[in-house]
Amino acid sequence: MAITADESSRFAALLDSHAARLVERWTEVTAASVRGRMTEAELRQQVQELHRALRAALAEGQFDLAADASGALRATLSEMSRSRAQQGFTATETAVSVFALKDALVDVLDVRSGDQRALADYVTASGVVDQLGLFTFERYARSREELLADQAEQLLELSTPVVKLWEGVVAIPLVGTLDSARAQVVMERLLQTLVDTGSPYAIIDITGVPAVDTQVAQHILKTVVAARLMGAECIVSGIRPQIAQTIVALGIEFGDIATKATLADALRHALRTIEQSRRGNGSAARGAREA
Amino acid sequence: MTGRPDLSTPQVVTINSDADVVRVRQLVRTAAVAVSLSLVDQTKLVTAASELARNTLVYGGGGGAEVGVVDSGRRKGIRIVFSDEGPGIANLELALTDGYTSGGGLGLGLGGARRLVDEFEVQTGTGQGTRVTITKWARSM
Repeated sequence: MAITADESSRFAALLDSHAARLVERWTEVTAASVRGRMTEAELRQQVQELHRALRAALAEGQFDLAADASGALRATLSEMSRSRAQQGFTATETAVSVFALKDALVDVLDVRSGDQRALADYVTASGVVDQLGLFTFERYARSREELLADQAEQLLELSTPVVKLWEGVVAIPLVGTLDSARAQVVMERLLQTLVDTGSPYAIIDITGVPAVDTQVAQHILKTVVAARLMGAECIVSGIRPQIAQTIVALGIEFGDIATKATLADALRHALRTIEQSRRGNGSAARGAREA
Repeated sequence: MTGRPDLSTPQVVTINSDADVVRVRQLVRTAAVAVSLSLVDQTKLVTAASELARNTLVYGGGGGAEVGVVDSGRRKGIRIVFSDEGPGIANLELALTDGYTSGGGLGLGLGGARRLVDEFEVQTGTGQGTRVTITKWARSM
C-alpha cells in the first residue's frame, strides 16, 4: 500500500514526539515473546536501531521500502532477521519484533478513544509496519535457507572421514545416500589419504548405505579403479544379505574386487594379504642369500 | 512435512532433481514397511524405485512418481507409477538389454529394476513420454 508524502511526515513526527514511550513499549512487547533468550539491553538496542532507521526512511518524503532512501532500514531489518534465524528463533518470534510497533502505537495514539485523526495515523503506520513485517519474514526465510544449504555442505564434509585402521590399511565408512556430489568428495578424500599415508589397502565400508543401486555401484567401481591406478587395492565391505541379493538381481558385477560382509572380515583379509606378501618377499630374500 | 505420509490414497512426488529421487526412495521405503514387505523385498523395491526415478530424471527430463498400496484381497503390495513427458524409448527391447545405455550409466537400471519387482510394465514410444508401472507383493499377510 503506497502512502503519501504527507502521511509519511506525519508518521515521522509521531515517531519523534513519542520516541521514548514508543521504544519503551515496543521493547516490552518484543521481550514478552523472546523472553529469556535475549537480554533487555540487547532488545532495546535493536528496537532503537529500528526506530532510528524507520525515522530516517520516513524523513525522505514519500515512504517506499523498496526505494534507495530506505536502504539503511532494509539493512537493519535484514541484519535482525539473520541474527534471529541463526539464534534459532521462530519466524513468529522474529516478526513480532516488528509488529510490536503496532501495539506501541495503539497505546501512544490512544486509538481506542475514537479520535479520527489518530485512527487515520494508525492506519498509515499499520500499512508501513505490515510492509516491514513481510520484508522481515522474507529475509528470515532466506536466512534459514542459507543456513540449511550451509549445513548440507558441512554434512557432506563431515560424513566422509577416512580413517587409518592399521599400518597400511585405511577405511572409509559410507553413511547415507551416495549421490554424485558425495561420491566425488569420497573419492577425493580416499585418494588423498592413500597418498598421505602410503597405504596399499583401502576398505570402502557400505554398512550405512541403505540401498545400492546402479549409480551407487558405479561410483564405488570408479573409486576402486582410481585407487588401483594409484597402486592401492580396495576391499568393499558391509554387504548385508539384502544388499547382496539386490546387487545380484540388478546384475551388477564387482568383478575381481574383493568384497566382504563385515569391516572386520575386510581388515583380516587386508592384513593376511600384507602378511603373505611380506613372507613371500622374506623367503625370496633368504633364497637369494642361500644360493 | 516430517510426519508419516498417509498411504490410503496414492502419494505423488514430482521428480525434478537428485533430492527428489531421495524423496521417492524414502516414501517407497515407508510404504514398503507399512505393508510389511520383508527386509530383502523392501531393499529390492527401494532400489528399483531409485533406478526408475533416476531414469525419469535423467532420460525423461523430469516427471513424477505415484506411490500407492494395492490389495488383491489375498495380499497387499506397493504399486509405483513413474511417468514423464520425455522423448520416450524408441527400442524398448534394446533398452531392457543388460549393459546397454544411451547415457553414461552401467546399463542395468531398467532391466535390473524389472528383475527386482513382481510386475513390470512399460508404456512408451518415440515422442510419447514413458510410463513405467511396478508392483511388489508382500509374501503373506
